[in-house]
Amino acid sequence: MPDIDLAAAPYFGWDVLRDLQELFRYTFMQHAFEAGTIVAISAGVIGYFVVLRGLSFAAHGLSHIGFAGATGAVLLGASALAGLLVFTMSAGAVMGALGQRLRGRDVTIGLVMAWSLGLGLLFTYLYQGAANLAIGILFGQIFGITSQDVAVTLVAGIVTVLLVLAVYRPLLFATLDEEVAEAKGVPVRGLSIAFMVILAVAVSEAVQVVGVLLIFALIVAPAAIAERFTTRPSRGLLLSAILAVLFTWAGLTVAYYIPYPVGFFITTIAFTSYILARVVSDVIARRAAGRPFAWREEQLRHSP
Amino acid sequence: MTPPPPAGPVIVADNLAAAYGSRLIWQNASFSVDAGEFIAVLGPNGSGKSTLLRLVLGLIPPAAGSLQVLGRRPHRGNAEVGYVPQRRNIDPDLPVRGRDFVHLGIDGNRWGIAVGDTASHHQRVDQAIASVEALTYADRPIGRLSGGEQQRLLLAQALAGRPQMLLLDEPLASLDLRNQIIIAELVADLARANRLTVLLIAHDINPLLPIVDRVLYVAHGGVAIGKPADVITTEQLSRLYDSPVEVLHDRHGHMFVVGLEAESAHHDA
Repeated sequence: MPDIDLAAAPYFGWDVLRDLQELFRYTFMQHAFEAGTIVAISAGVIGYFVVLRGLSFAAHGLSHIGFAGATGAVLLGASALAGLLVFTMSAGAVMGALGQRLRGRDVTIGLVMAWSLGLGLLFTYLYQGAANLAIGILFGQIFGITSQDVAVTLVAGIVTVLLVLAVYRPLLFATLDEEVAEAKGVPVRGLSIAFMVILAVAVSEAVQVVGVLLIFALIVAPAAIAERFTTRPSRGLLLSAILAVLFTWAGLTVAYYIPYPVGFFITTIAFTSYILARVVSDVIARRAAGRPFAWREEQLRHSP
Repeated sequence: MTPPPPAGPVIVADNLAAAYGSRLIWQNASFSVDAGEFIAVLGPNGSGKSTLLRLVLGLIPPAAGSLQVLGRRPHRGNAEVGYVPQRRNIDPDLPVRGRDFVHLGIDGNRWGIAVGDTASHHQRVDQAIASVEALTYADRPIGRLSGGEQQRLLLAQALAGRPQMLLLDEPLASLDLRNQIIIAELVADLARANRLTVLLIAHDINPLLPIVDRVLYVAHGGVAIGKPADVITTEQLSRLYDSPVEVLHDRHGHMFVVGLEAESAHHDA
């Protein structure tokens, strides 16, 4: 962590106002909260569609491709963010063009993912001062964010959220019922490409907070939890964004007091929340049905 | 409420041919469908029944000849044509209500999020769901409903767009006989009430015999259209299939096509 006045131990107690004052005492924390919140909102919003479209693994692969892009760009003297954007957006466009055929391509995605990490490894080896660069891209460096970074993140965040809202209805239609959507004039293929490009921007944006390896937690976990608790798409989207923000805030807060990496806390909170959500939603479903596994029986009864 | 359909034919095919890529599927099809007619589209698997619907929807261009739908060349996004494609299984964990599916039939092709006319849309969704008698389960996740319940809601989705024509691809598949008859009668009632022209792909004509006006038979590269009693005959089908086929009648007037077991056996499974 950057230099902290070690003489004063950070306050933590029941005085919420003082807690907040303590948390926002340093600019690095303010920037972390600002960037973290923006990233979480766009990750939560786009994550809802990632999970609904069954693209979790593809999204994960996309972030790894970003690693090769970021390290390659730095090696060439360009900014890591530019490299991330170029690589993830191109890969996203290709994935989007594949559309439905992307499903079940886990071998291809896995191989491209591994190769991207290998490429990134080579680029960091060739670049002097490699270790910090690689760790930063792989796991994020949210406590090293400048106010300029925050501004860039804000613009990217607003653009991704506005774009998702702009295509919300046709994207939902194409996701749930591709054939009818196509007949109704929805540009299914174009939307598939556009969605993956928006995802690429969201992933690139999120890398500085949680890094390429941990981005999965912020994009997939909140959405997967939301989809267990609501069957209304608009509420699912909102809940997913709210959960992503809460995970990020909680992770940042804990990391301020306990000197372990933020990425560890955010992913741990996301993971345990997902497990809890599974248990709780199962219990709710069983209560509602009156007896265990009622809907399963119902399904068996209805199946031909 | 629903505008009256235009007088005269709503589908006119003249020497129409359909191809999938470079493979010709059927050709020399000339027929017309009048407004308000209920047409059953029959024929073996892969004969190009769904392709016919895709032509009418404007999703693929004719390989030859011409096709007019509601007085115009078919085009994608035609609000006057409602479509229910053949169903794959819907994921039982899909976190979306049947009602949301129906709603997409009204504004799913509009950009942005819903603002403004939401109240009137909700009313239209309710009307559509009520018309297929699905109100009791429309708020449950659609993947957890039975095949017949899903079929009703998808029908409601097509109706919510207030079309003049309904294209239904195998709506009776994977339903038991009782439900086949119920859904077929429901479609017929809705078509009559809303003065809809219906093209319904099916494998078995019998549940449809009391309600269809004509059948359109697609087989072996050609198309034949006419009253069931004129088309589903030993001579016609043997000619169409280019192999000996026999049509038997029982004393209830049901028709049974014999001699095609190899081609149609698995549909009854």
